[in-house]
Amino acid sequence: MLFPVFSSPHLPAQNNVSRVMGEVLLALLPGILCATWFFGWGVLVNIVIAATTCVAAEAAVLALRGRAVRATLADRSALLTGVLLALCLPPLAPWWIPVIGSLFAIVIAKQLYGGLGYNPFNPAMIGYVVLLISYPRELTLWIPPTGIEAQHLNLNLSQTLALIFTNSLPAETTIDALTMPTPLDATKTAFGLGQTLHEIKASPLFGHFGGVGWEWINLSFLIGGLYLLARRVISWHIPAGLLGGLFLIALVFYGSDTDAFPSPLFHLFSGAAMLGAFFIATDPVSAATTPRGRLLFGAGIGVIAYVIRTWGGYPDGIAFGVLLMNMAAPTIDYYTKPRVFGQSK
Amino acid sequence: MQELALILISTVLVNNFVLVKFLGLCPFMGVSRKLETATGMGLATTFVLTLSSVCSYLVNAYLLEPLGLGYLRTIAFILTIAVVVQFTEMVVHKTSPMLYQVLGIFLPLITTNCAVLGVALLNVQEQNGFVESAVYGFGAAVGFSLVLSLFAAIRERIAVADVPVAFRGSAISLVTAGLMSLAFMGFAGLIKV
Repeated sequence: MLFPVFSSPHLPAQNNVSRVMGEVLLALLPGILCATWFFGWGVLVNIVIAATTCVAAEAAVLALRGRAVRATLADRSALLTGVLLALCLPPLAPWWIPVIGSLFAIVIAKQLYGGLGYNPFNPAMIGYVVLLISYPRELTLWIPPTGIEAQHLNLNLSQTLALIFTNSLPAETTIDALTMPTPLDATKTAFGLGQTLHEIKASPLFGHFGGVGWEWINLSFLIGGLYLLARRVISWHIPAGLLGGLFLIALVFYGSDTDAFPSPLFHLFSGAAMLGAFFIATDPVSAATTPRGRLLFGAGIGVIAYVIRTWGGYPDGIAFGVLLMNMAAPTIDYYTKPRVFGQSK
Repeated sequence: MQELALILISTVLVNNFVLVKFLGLCPFMGVSRKLETATGMGLATTFVLTLSSVCSYLVNAYLLEPLGLGYLRTIAFILTIAVVVQFTEMVVHKTSPMLYQVLGIFLPLITTNCAVLGVALLNVQEQNGFVESAVYGFGAAVGFSLVLSLFAAIRERIAVADVPVAFRGSAISLVTAGLMSLAFMGFAGLIKV
């Protein structure tokens, strides 16, 4: 065996929560820019509202509990929760949507359990699921991405702000003319109507291998994720498990009937797949911790997401997959404990 | 066969008795402090639920219905369940004294587990046949055991968390159960029943 010995100075790498969160936020940048390009200013407005609310809520709870506010806020975890939650929300959601989601995420899903490091569920996903279940109508306000000329209506910053904060639209526009189903939603509806994949793909919503816009957003999240892997902020197990699980199960069904099920590539580059695989499921607190457990954890999310996307009542299932596997994470850890070194089983 | 598989998926995930129908919450809160007891309780409940589901179907189909005694259903089912639980208790006592000690008071308490009576009554309401009743009871119990053990593992972690004083104990457990229920909403619409 080789034991590399390095000469002094033995400088430890600076590794703390604040740095990790900073790296994750940095890695989110390409995805955020891409989403803003395709979906307009609403994405950035959502991020600002959600992040502000998260940080304010965290500060308020910490102050109530008499804990060090400034020191805890410096770990940037609340900021990250807000950004992740905002990235899941439709760009034209009214202002109170990110506010309610952020409050629930930080106060109930995180601080009631004692703050960072204790929450059994991913706070951002709890916030998103609460919104999805409580306000299904507001969470469908997706606009067509830039690139679909036929139905594209460009809202500038002030129009976006007016819509988000005062619910007022530019003259002679209705919210129905402005919004459009996401590719996952459209696929589900079309299959429900008995159309084949071939017919669905002819709709202008579909790009090269995923939906128009969505494929690029997912690709930029993938790039950010690869950066995180290269910087060793996250380990490869969870993303590999999630994307591998999603790909395999999609491949099996696609192989059984290419007309009734979308291709595996479409699944990988639709909805929240990449964002979920690299940024949400890899949350070190609520995910499984053993290497084998992490693979299992990721694969579980992928399979649940596919099942919900294909047969469930919601267009995307990554959020539910993450929460359900969060629920199973302590049990997975319990049963995948690595063997103690020097002991036989 | 496909219908039985659907019943199984429906009772375990989509209409989970604890997290979606909110039945059987007392043992869910009471026995979930440790993973070992939770798994033991899950096994005992699975046994009792499947058996009592079948027995109450038989009582209903061959005793109550022919004699027109539908109004005695609740009492008759409670009696049937009590008998089945007593029987299980005797079996566990003989076969696994360890498990018997661990389960302690909770084994007789299965009698008052509303999920058990709920399954028996829902079987009648949904007009399940003999095999369907057995699968329905078994699925309900598997769903119960599944969430009970997952919940127990989570609670073992929460026990060492820095929870605000006002929320320690049952309060944070109920919050957790609520969040779990939220996650189970994801299965809604999976099976159109």
